[in-house]
Amino acid sequence: MDNAEVLRIRNDFPVLNQLVNGQPLVYLDSGATSQNPMSVIEAEQEFYEQRNAAVHRGAHHLAVEATEVFEDARQTIADFIGADYAETIWTSNATEGLNLLSYALSNAGLWAAQGRGDEALRGLALKPGDEIVVTEMEHHANLIPWQELAFRTGATLRYIPIEDNGSLRMEQAAAIIGRRTKVLAFTQASNVLGIINPVRELTALGHAAGALVVLDACQSAPHLPLDVKELDVDFAVFSGHKMLAPTGIGVLYGRQELMDILPPFLTGGSMITTVTMERAEYLPAPQRFEAGTQRISQAVALAAAANYLTETGLDRIHRWEAELGQRMVEGLESIPGIRVLGPAAGKDRIGLAAFDVEGVHAHDVGQFLDSRGIAVRVGHHCAQPLHRRLGLTATTRASAYLYNTTDDVDRFLEAVAGVRAYFRA
Amino acid sequence: MSLDQLYQQIILDHSKARHGSGLAATEAPEGTSTGQSHQLNPVCGDEVTLRLAVQEGKVAQIAWDGAGCSISMASASVLTDLAEGMTVAELHEVIDSFREVLRSRGKVHADPELLGDAAAFEGVARYAARVKCAMISWVAAEDALNQAA
Repeated sequence: MDNAEVLRIRNDFPVLNQLVNGQPLVYLDSGATSQNPMSVIEAEQEFYEQRNAAVHRGAHHLAVEATEVFEDARQTIADFIGADYAETIWTSNATEGLNLLSYALSNAGLWAAQGRGDEALRGLALKPGDEIVVTEMEHHANLIPWQELAFRTGATLRYIPIEDNGSLRMEQAAAIIGRRTKVLAFTQASNVLGIINPVRELTALGHAAGALVVLDACQSAPHLPLDVKELDVDFAVFSGHKMLAPTGIGVLYGRQELMDILPPFLTGGSMITTVTMERAEYLPAPQRFEAGTQRISQAVALAAAANYLTETGLDRIHRWEAELGQRMVEGLESIPGIRVLGPAAGKDRIGLAAFDVEGVHAHDVGQFLDSRGIAVRVGHHCAQPLHRRLGLTATTRASAYLYNTTDDVDRFLEAVAGVRAYFRA
Repeated sequence: MSLDQLYQQIILDHSKARHGSGLAATEAPEGTSTGQSHQLNPVCGDEVTLRLAVQEGKVAQIAWDGAGCSISMASASVLTDLAEGMTVAELHEVIDSFREVLRSRGKVHADPELLGDAAAFEGVARYAARVKCAMISWVAAEDALNQAA
């Protein structure tokens, strides 16, 4: 990709074509939420204009059409991540996916304790003495559900620490992940550090210990080619709104043999076979985990987003964003008083950079940039423990996507260079 | 609205001066009744711990520790200058007025006679995301005042 192609891409994103505080918008907050191309907006609109109906019920024409596009969307997303159809579960977002998993796993313990389910299910139950392992860089969404699972089951939560440069201490990982480890959950790419973790190496450690491996793919699925089978993870989650789709839709991937035995999290309509007044039998995945009327138009829109990304080429998007990420870090490192979190310039990172401005609070930095039409994220980015580890409470984060040019990055850098003088830091 | 209307000179000055900052190193005057309040904005991590001392119905001293953006630090500093010497009732009135201005989205103008330097925060009301920054120490002061008085 190059700037000329990006300028063409930008035509597909109406929201980017506007003035903010009198200046052309520079949107560098895609790590929080991304913008939607017309093809995605139109896919959702077309669904409502032509096919809206509840899926998996009703014999009428619209119900059949809605079910068809809804399930086609599932196949599109399955193909997008290298999964099988039945392994691709709709959720509201990654947070819901991780909570679903955490509750399904504690339900496994409750079922096993009452003699419900088979040997394989009992193997998934956590008990005191078992361990759940995460990393020090996790987003709260991939930390708190595991804290609560530990609380519900009596298991112990442990974490793999990071080096000062943000990389995981792999010698510690090898020591921490062991026979007590039942769940290993980590992010593929950090939403703060921009670092890409060694997924295969960690997965191998987890599987050697007999643990379930859970991948947070929120900052990777939208930005680089993802193949869950090749990575060999057991579960993966990501959110649609970070990959050109609307809010309210996300995906949980789960290995088929696990998804068919895990107890459901939410129960109700659409996920059962036989129901009596006393009990119910559940469908296999994916319906097993999709109680109630689903986010149908959002799923259709997410498939349109995946198609947009696939047509553009995720390897090309990844290379372009890596270039933008390097440009950010090189520029930031050359500004006095700026400390960039994570890998230094020249080291691998995705297209985002979080940084501290000496003597100026992140909120003020964000306000200053906004006055110049530049949208960034400020705060702890839902990673308080990581910030604490780095001796900070809040940072400013710029995160790029396929619609950002090198000019966007340069305007951002130019503005950051003026922050300390304005606030007399 | 321009950035300079938000970050008025007086706000930038107070964000550096931080009058009243240094709670740990400040003793409450003898014979005063004190209240202390800790407020946290989980969105940005802004934090203020403020102690307010009352004697004979008047605010004798405000001392605080905090970490946060220039708006939050300046607003604690301005509050300290403004509140000391006021009666309990006067401070309540000032806090209520400040809150009304800040929550008005720019519709209610600050009364400079009542609010003094705090009137400079009027512009913050137009930035919904920053209202809590300006309010945090005032919420702490109100809580501390209720304990002390």
